[in-house]
Amino acid sequence: MTDLLSYDDALAAYDPALGLEVHVELNTATKMFCGCPATFGGEPNSQVCPVCLGLPGAMPVVNRIGVESAIRIGLALNCSIAEWCRFARKNYFYPDMPKNFQTSQYDEPIAFDGWMGVELDDGETVRVEIERAHMEEDTGKSLHVGGSTGRIHGASHSLVDYNRAGIPLIEIVTRPITGVGERAPEVARAYVQQLRDLIVALDVSEARMDQGNLRADVNLSLAPKGSGTLGTRTETKNVNSFRSVERAVRYEVQRHAAVLSGGSSILQETRHWHEDTGITTSGREKSDAEDYRYFPEPDLVPVAPSREWVEELRATLPENPTAKRARLQAAWGFSDLEMRDTVGAGALGLVEETIAAGVAPQAARKWWLGELARRANDTGVDLADLGVTPAQVAEVQGLVDAGTLNDKLARQVFDGLLAGEGTPQQIVEGRGLAIVSDDGALSTAVDNAIAANPDVADKIRDGKVAAAGALIGAVMKEMRGQADAARVRELILEKLT
Amino acid sequence: MSHPRTTAASLADDLAAGRVTSVEVTQNHLDRIAEVDDRVHAFLQVDTEGALAEAAASDERRAAGRPLSALDGVPIAVKDVLATRGLPTTCGSKILEGWVPPYDATVVRKLREAGLPILGKTNMDEFAMGSSTEHSAYGPTHNPWDLDRIPGGSGGGSAAAVASYEAPLALGTDTGGSIRQPGAVTGTVGVKPTYGGVSRYGLVALANSLDQVGPVTRTVEDAALLHELIGGHDPLDSTSIDAPVGDLVGAVRAGQSGDLSGVRIGVVKELGGEGYQPGVLARFQESVDLMVGAGAEVVEVSCPSFVHALATYYLILPAEASSNLAKFDAMRYGLRVVPEGSPSAEEVMRATRDAGFGDEVKRRIILGTYALSSGYYDAYYGQAQKVRTLITRDFDAAFGQADVLVSPTAPTTAFKLGEKLDDPLAMYLNDLATIPANLAGVPGISVPSGLADEDGLPAGVQVLAPALADDRVYRVGAALEKLLTDQWGGPLLDRATGLES
Amino acid sequence: MPEPSGASITREQVAHLADLARIDLSDAELDHLAPQLSVILESIASIQGVAGEDVPPTSHPVPLTNVFREDVVVPGLTPEEALSGAPESEEQRFSVPRILGEEA
Repeated sequence: MTDLLSYDDALAAYDPALGLEVHVELNTATKMFCGCPATFGGEPNSQVCPVCLGLPGAMPVVNRIGVESAIRIGLALNCSIAEWCRFARKNYFYPDMPKNFQTSQYDEPIAFDGWMGVELDDGETVRVEIERAHMEEDTGKSLHVGGSTGRIHGASHSLVDYNRAGIPLIEIVTRPITGVGERAPEVARAYVQQLRDLIVALDVSEARMDQGNLRADVNLSLAPKGSGTLGTRTETKNVNSFRSVERAVRYEVQRHAAVLSGGSSILQETRHWHEDTGITTSGREKSDAEDYRYFPEPDLVPVAPSREWVEELRATLPENPTAKRARLQAAWGFSDLEMRDTVGAGALGLVEETIAAGVAPQAARKWWLGELARRANDTGVDLADLGVTPAQVAEVQGLVDAGTLNDKLARQVFDGLLAGEGTPQQIVEGRGLAIVSDDGALSTAVDNAIAANPDVADKIRDGKVAAAGALIGAVMKEMRGQADAARVRELILEKLT
Repeated sequence: MSHPRTTAASLADDLAAGRVTSVEVTQNHLDRIAEVDDRVHAFLQVDTEGALAEAAASDERRAAGRPLSALDGVPIAVKDVLATRGLPTTCGSKILEGWVPPYDATVVRKLREAGLPILGKTNMDEFAMGSSTEHSAYGPTHNPWDLDRIPGGSGGGSAAAVASYEAPLALGTDTGGSIRQPGAVTGTVGVKPTYGGVSRYGLVALANSLDQVGPVTRTVEDAALLHELIGGHDPLDSTSIDAPVGDLVGAVRAGQSGDLSGVRIGVVKELGGEGYQPGVLARFQESVDLMVGAGAEVVEVSCPSFVHALATYYLILPAEASSNLAKFDAMRYGLRVVPEGSPSAEEVMRATRDAGFGDEVKRRIILGTYALSSGYYDAYYGQAQKVRTLITRDFDAAFGQADVLVSPTAPTTAFKLGEKLDDPLAMYLNDLATIPANLAGVPGISVPSGLADEDGLPAGVQVLAPALADDRVYRVGAALEKLLTDQWGGPLLDRATGLES
Repeated sequence: MPEPSGASITREQVAHLADLARIDLSDAELDHLAPQLSVILESIASIQGVAGEDVPPTSHPVPLTNVFREDVVVPGLTPEEALSGAPESEEQRFSVPRILGEEA
C-alpha cells in the first residue's frame, strides 16, 4: 500500500503546482486528415482508408472544420491565434499508431497564450493561464486478449481497431497553476468542468468524459512551502470524470508529500488513475531520454489563418460563460448560493436545457441538484454522464404538474429510467405508478382509515381540521403512496364535517 | 518478330489509324520482356493477364470510337514504388514482399483512366535509396548497353525497361536524380517535373519534400505526352499545385524546329570539372556548342551553395525517410518476423525491421534518426533546411541571368555492378548534379548527349528550369535531341549492343 | 545522448539510434555499419555553420499555405480490404503480439 500523508499535513509543508492537459475529441463529420467518418460505434476497421490506416503511399489532407474548431477553442480561451503554423511529426512506435508517428503540432501551435477565469464553489475566481491549444490526431484502440479481463499485462496478444485512428483532437495545455494551496483539487475539477461547458457551448465536441471525448491528464508537483520553486512532476492519466480529477489531485498531493517527507524523491513518470480504488499507480517512466524527434510534417503545408478568417470565427463564439451565468441567474431568480451550487455540480447546462423544455427554474434545479445529484454521487459518475436527459426530467415534471405523479412517485420513475425501462410515460404505465384520484377506491380507503382511527375522526368532527393529516397519512400508506393527497383531504372533510 | 522500337507517339498514331491493335502492341512488349528480361531484370512483376485484358478493353473502346486518351492502348511500365491496386508493390524491399495495395496511386489511376495497359512493376533500389538499383532486395537490374554495368538508380528498372524496348513508356520517381541519372546512363530520356506538378498520392514516400513522379521514355515528345497525362492538381496531395500542366507537347514541337534563338542558357560553374569523367564533359560541351549553333546565348552562372547540396540532401532525406519507414513494423501489412519464445510486439518490430531492411536503408534510417535527435536537430536537420534556402536563392539568382540551366546529368557513365556497393559516399556522388533541383523543387530533364570516348557508354545532359516552367525543359530538351539525333543520323539507342548475343 | 562531436559517431551511438529506430542490429552489423556511418557523417558535418542565423529554413520547396479538405465523408476501405495485408487478424481486427507497456 502506498504511503500517504494526511492532506492537511501535506499542505502545511508543501505548495502544490498543477498543470492540466485536456484532449478534446472534435465532433467533425470526418477525421482530421482523411474523409473517413469520425463517429463512434462502427464495426471494427470499417471506418478506415489508406490514410488513417497508414498504408504506404497515402497522404494526409487537413480537415477545414478541424482547424476552425481549434481556432474557435483558442479564441474562447482568450488565446492568440498563430499567423502561420505547421503540423509536426511526433515519432514513437506503438501498435495502435498506424504510421508510428502522430501528426501533431510542436513549437508552432495554432493557439497560444490564453487564459480562463475559473469560478470556484464559493464564488472566488482563479485565473488559469493557457499555454497552448494545438491540433493532432487520435490513435486506434487495442483489445487485449488472454490474461485477466482485458488488461494489457499478462495478455497473450492484442487486437487493434483503427476506426478511432485519425479522429481530430485538440490538446489544451495550461501553464503551471500555483498559489492555490489546499484548493488545488477543487481548482483542477472546476477548470475541467468549465472547460467542458465551454466546449459544449462551442458545439465542437460531444465532450463526454465517460466516452473519452474529453480526456484530462493531471500534472502535479510539490515544492517546499514558500520556496517558490517547482518540484518534480508526475502526469496522471486515465482520469475520466470531474470528481476523479479532484480526487486524483488530492491523492497525488498526499502521495508526493509522503514520498518527499520520507526523504525520497519523486520519480518523473506517468501514473494511472484507478477509478475503482481511488489510487494512482506507476506507469511508464518518463525520462528525458524519450526523444520524439519532432520535425515539420512534409506532406502538409503550413496553416496561415488570415485575420479576416479569425474574426469571422470570433463572431461565431457563444456568449462568454461568466456573462451568461449572470444573465441566467437573473432570469431564473436563483440566489447566489443556488447558482454556485448549480455550477459546482456541473448542472448549469442541464438545468438550462430542462428549463428550456418548459420546466419552472426551481423545479429544474430541485431535480438536478437533489434527487439526480444524489444518484450520480452514489454511483460515482458526473451528473452529465448519469444517463438521464433534460428532456426526460421535463417529461417527469410534466407528469407531476398534471397530477399524474407526486414527487415520491417521480423518484420511482427515475429508478425506471436508470434501469432502462423506457420513457417516463412507459415507466408510469409499466410500474402502475399513477396517482389514484378515483373516488370509489379512495372513498373505501378513507372509510377504512376513519374506522381504524375513531379518536382522530372525532377530533376532526369537533372542528380540529388539522388532525386530517394523520388520516391522509393512513390512506397514503394503504394506497402505497399512489393516492392524490388533495382529493383524499377533500373526501375526509366531506365525510366528517 | 522485330523489336517493338516504335515510340509511344507513333504507337498512338498507329492505334488511331487502325494499323495495329493494343493487344498486338502489348503482346509485342510482353514477348520482348520474355525474351530479354532474364538478362536485364528490369521487372519485379509482369502482369501479363492484366495488361492483355486492359489492351483488349482498349481495342473495344477504339472500335466503338471512344478512346479514353491519345495514349489509350499504349502499354506502360510502373516503378514498384507506386501503389497499384491488385498488383504487388514491394518498393524493392523484403519488408513489403507480397503486399498488394487495396488502392491505386493517383498517377496509376490516371493511367488506367486514360486506358494504358500496365505491363508490370519495375525494379528499384530498396525504397528508392541508391543510384545503381543494386540495393534492390530482389537483385540488381542490368544496363542494356553492357549487362555487367549498373542501369543507374533508384529507377534503374524503369530506365532499363525503356532502353531495352520492353516498354515504350515507364513511370519513375526522382528524389535526388532517380529518373534523370538512370536516363543518362542508359541513353534514355527522364523528366523530374516541378515539385507539386504531379501527384505524390500513392507514391511510397522516400523523402516527401523531394520526391516527384515523372516520365521515363526514349524521346522527349513521349515524355511530354506522358507528363501531360499524369500531371495536374490532386486534392489528395496537399503539396500538389493547383495550376494547369501547360502545353508541354506544344513546347516539344517548338523545340523540334531546332531553333533556340533568344534562349539564354546558363552553364552552372559548380556542376562540372573535378570529379566528372572527361568523356562526359566532352559530350556536354558538344551539346552546349550545338545549342549555341542553334541560336542560344550561353552564359556562365555561379551557384556557390551547390557545393553543400549533397550534405544538405543527405540530412533532409534520411530524416524524412527515417520517419516514413517507421510504419513498416509488422503490425498491419508486410513481413512479420517472430523471434523464438513469446515475443512482444516491440520485439517483433525490431526483428522484422532488422530482417526486412537492407544495409542502405538501415544506414539512412540511423542517419536520419541521428539528425532529428534532440540536441542534434539544430546542428543538422535545422541547418540543412537553412542551406536549402540558400540553394533556392542561388537558383533564383541564376534564373535571373538565364532561361534554363544546363550541366552533365551524372558525373560518370555506368560503372560496373558491385564497384561502389560498399562505398556509400562514392555511390552518393553519382547524384551530385541532380540533387540541387530536388532541393529547390525545380523541373529538370535528362536527354542523351552521346557516348563517352573512353568507354563507349552513354552520357546525359541535364536541362533545369524555374519552378512551374516545365515547358522550357521540354522545348530546350527537344531542340537538343533533334540537333544531336541529326548529327548521329538516328537515335542513340540504336547503338546499344548489350542485348545482342 | 553524448555530446555532438561534430564529425564521428561511435558504435554505442549507432546502437542507441538503432534502438530508437526499432532495428535489432546484430554485433556484426554494428561492426559493419558504424564505421560507414562515421565516414558519411564526417562528410555531411561540413554543413554546420554554412547558413547564418538570419537565413529562414525551407521545409517545403513550393510555398503553399492553407490547403484544406471540406468536412465531407468519402468512402474508404471495406474491413476486408483494410485487413487484406494483415500478417494476422481476428474478430475483424489486426492481431498483434502482446504489447509491452502501460495500461491504456
